Amino acid sequence: MSKLIFEISRNGRKAFELLSTEIEQRTAAELFPEKYLRKSPARLPEVSELDVVRHFTELSTRNFGVDSGFYPLGSCTMKYNPKINEKVASYSGFANIHPYQPESTVQGALRLMYELSESLAEITGMDRISLQPSAGAQGEMAGLMVIKKYHEKMGKSQRNKIICPDSAHGTNPASAAISGFDILQVKSNERGMVDVDELRKLVGPDTAGLMLTNPNTLGLFEEDIIEIASIIHEAGGLLYYDGANANAILGKSRPGDMGFDVVHLNLHKTFTTPHGGGGPGAGPIGVKGFLYPFVAVPVVEKKGDTYFLDYDRPDSIGKVKAFYGNFLILVRAYAYILSMGAKGLAEVSNNAVLNANYMLSSLMDVFDVPYGDRCMHEFVISGEKQKKMGASTLSMAKRLLDYGYHPPTIYFPLVVKEAMMIEPTEAESKETLDEFIKVLRKINDEVEADPDMVNHSPHTTVVGRLDEVKAARTPVVKYDFDGDAQ
Amino acid sequence: MHKYIPNTAEEIREMIDAIGVSSVDDLFSSIPEEIRFKGRLNLPDKMTEQELDKYMRELARMNSSTDDLVCFLGAGAYDHYIPSVVNALTSRSEFYTAYTPYQAELSQGVLQAIFEFQTMVSEITGMDAANASMYDGSSSTAEACSIALVNAHKRNKILISEGLHPETRKVIRTYMSGRDAVLEEIPLKDGETDYETLAAKCDENTAAVCIQSPNFFGIVEDMDRVGEIARENNAAFIVNTDLISLGILKPPSESGADFVVGEAQGLGNPLSFGGPHLGFFATTNKYLRKMPGRIVGETTDVDGKRGYVLTLQAREQHIRREKATSNICSNHALNALAATIYMSVLGKQGLQDLALRCANNARFASEKLVETGKFRLMYDKPFFKEFLLEADEDPAKINERLLKNGILGGYEASRCYPELGKGWLVAVTERRTRKEIMDLAEKAGGTL
Repeated sequence: MSKLIFEISRNGRKAFELLSTEIEQRTAAELFPEKYLRKSPARLPEVSELDVVRHFTELSTRNFGVDSGFYPLGSCTMKYNPKINEKVASYSGFANIHPYQPESTVQGALRLMYELSESLAEITGMDRISLQPSAGAQGEMAGLMVIKKYHEKMGKSQRNKIICPDSAHGTNPASAAISGFDILQVKSNERGMVDVDELRKLVGPDTAGLMLTNPNTLGLFEEDIIEIASIIHEAGGLLYYDGANANAILGKSRPGDMGFDVVHLNLHKTFTTPHGGGGPGAGPIGVKGFLYPFVAVPVVEKKGDTYFLDYDRPDSIGKVKAFYGNFLILVRAYAYILSMGAKGLAEVSNNAVLNANYMLSSLMDVFDVPYGDRCMHEFVISGEKQKKMGASTLSMAKRLLDYGYHPPTIYFPLVVKEAMMIEPTEAESKETLDEFIKVLRKINDEVEADPDMVNHSPHTTVVGRLDEVKAARTPVVKYDFDGDAQ
Repeated sequence: MHKYIPNTAEEIREMIDAIGVSSVDDLFSSIPEEIRFKGRLNLPDKMTEQELDKYMRELARMNSSTDDLVCFLGAGAYDHYIPSVVNALTSRSEFYTAYTPYQAELSQGVLQAIFEFQTMVSEITGMDAANASMYDGSSSTAEACSIALVNAHKRNKILISEGLHPETRKVIRTYMSGRDAVLEEIPLKDGETDYETLAAKCDENTAAVCIQSPNFFGIVEDMDRVGEIARENNAAFIVNTDLISLGILKPPSESGADFVVGEAQGLGNPLSFGGPHLGFFATTNKYLRKMPGRIVGETTDVDGKRGYVLTLQAREQHIRREKATSNICSNHALNALAATIYMSVLGKQGLQDLALRCANNARFASEKLVETGKFRLMYDKPFFKEFLLEADEDPAKINERLLKNGILGGYEASRCYPELGKGWLVAVTERRTRKEIMDLAEKAGGTL
């Protein structure tokens, strides 16, 4: 068991030092009225600098990242995060600039944002980009609000319904709801794609738009996308592209050409910025020209050789975050685009799709495959057969931990029972895929021979399977200092 | 093939054969012909790592950083010193190349670090619980407004002090535009929220009162008074604060805050041109199960060993879909990790010392600037690390002059408060020396 940093605290130990000063120092009581003062200090740990280093180093050894091993977490695009990206993002000229500095002193930053925008517009086939959203979910909110604002501007504020497929990630309907829309769900057909006839029945004068990820969450390209786009557009709605799965289409097909009006990208997925253990990411949106007046303020523009922040945008939805975007993430993403070039990006999708299909074809005889024998950059298999033998998808995922793998995404999408969603990415070699395939097949054998052993996995991790029910029923969300004193 | 893609020509051939197609292109046959992208994307030419490094260095050099300029600019983003241990530890790739810790057994490191973060934020704010972090101070404030609104049933008015950061107020407006909410801004009076107007406007239709302290002008608000106004009207009390200030200032919990939120960039995270920064979110047990974002909880494994998991996920968007109060998925875990390491370095005494040093430095700077005879304190109220001056000269002119002298001057208040024509907001952190402050006073005074 790893100690909490509070449990290694010793009175009077410290790791902090202030600059020496020649400025007269007054006490807090001399500076502020009594009623404003803190009475008892916050119990931050009292530790030495080496204590801090050892503690967090130890924690890092109890963690698993892409650098640790294969991480085929479907829909998350856990590809290699190039080291040069980290290096350039740490340059003082990027890391240590204030958002309110005069524009003349941040021309390099603004130029980078402008060039990145141009590149993302080209990759997605959109006209313009807004870099402001902090993450995919915030990008969705921003994009949907753009759609809302557009309809209002056109005098069609009765358009208040957003259509989402039943295979969509939960964030799509959540974003639509907080943006003030009602949600209609469209069913998937037997091929795992949007049921076009069902869609036709759903559209009408209240249609604001459709949210879609393509390839969809089953890893399938929506083959009817052209017809889908025309159904929505003819009904007066707009198409929103969730860029979670863009790794499949770089240089292959562009959302703008498919008919989408708004796109968000997850730079932390397709464009190799690290996930950071849960963030920060960045979720820029791309729009067709007619929607550009509505995106968040400000945007970076160029006049002659000078870049500037344009705030004069009366139709804008406003701001979705303070300042301009997760800039250091943008730096990393642009570094990646520059290091790949157009040809490199197309190779990314070629190999992402090749790797996924290779894995799928190597697992089909053992696992149920609900939707066809081909996929794009990821695929979904079902553990139903194994569940009948006595071990669920959750147990198989936990068993993978024993073999040193991060498991795939499980129980998503909801339309597949016992789902296991596998995304190998282009960054992995055939040997890695072969090893993983071998292990998954072996686990299948283990389920057949001894499901209990699989059900009790993991066996080799720093902690065993954790009691999530207990955690939720009686939540302990912070250290109990008083408990420690007893 | 590119160096980030390992497949060899031979392996590609083997894989194609195993799949049973004749080429990689065949795998894209489900994309209709009309929308297949033909040709090559019009992107800048591919750069080798060396070329890229050079290019990025050139772009970085076109910016003047706080290494080049002595920074007195704040207004929501602050130039605090970041001890070397912070980056040394956040650079461990087991942390930064990991995804959200869904597989707890493999993610105890980040889960425990977040648990420690939650503890520290709860401890500093005095609240019962904190989440794993949010995108930034503006979105955490907006999310607090959402919860207050959703839980206030028929009440739909949110009273927002004009002392709240102007960008945060704009973000709240955007977040609330999809909801049935009435936002009313309460003006300032002598640099503080006008408590009388607030009391008059706060009524049985008020869902929440939202205030920042120290406010945008650095002034410490009378939180007890605002808390009382909110409580008398059964409105939720949302406080946006600077965690560093709470080293010496009373935690908002003691004034009855229901939500304590804000921006924690200053705790170990660089200015980074405005992002990624770090939002924090703390609340009472009453709202624990309504809190947005991710929460880490302590539990035990099958052998009774202590461990950590993401918990209370039934609140979240991936389960509740359109019924969720928030759509947030990711947090800013790596920034929260940096803050956790930073707060560990600070320790119990360090947080107090840091807060006091900032306050003393700011006080000293204000005195020196006023002594030049060219500035007056706009408001005679206690302030933390930032203060608003009324200048004789146009602040834009002052800043231009300072820039020529290697100083990044204060925020021109008229950018967001037109009525404060010659208002100049100066921030002074613990990094500033006596000499730097004297230099600022001399150059800003305009005699040189």
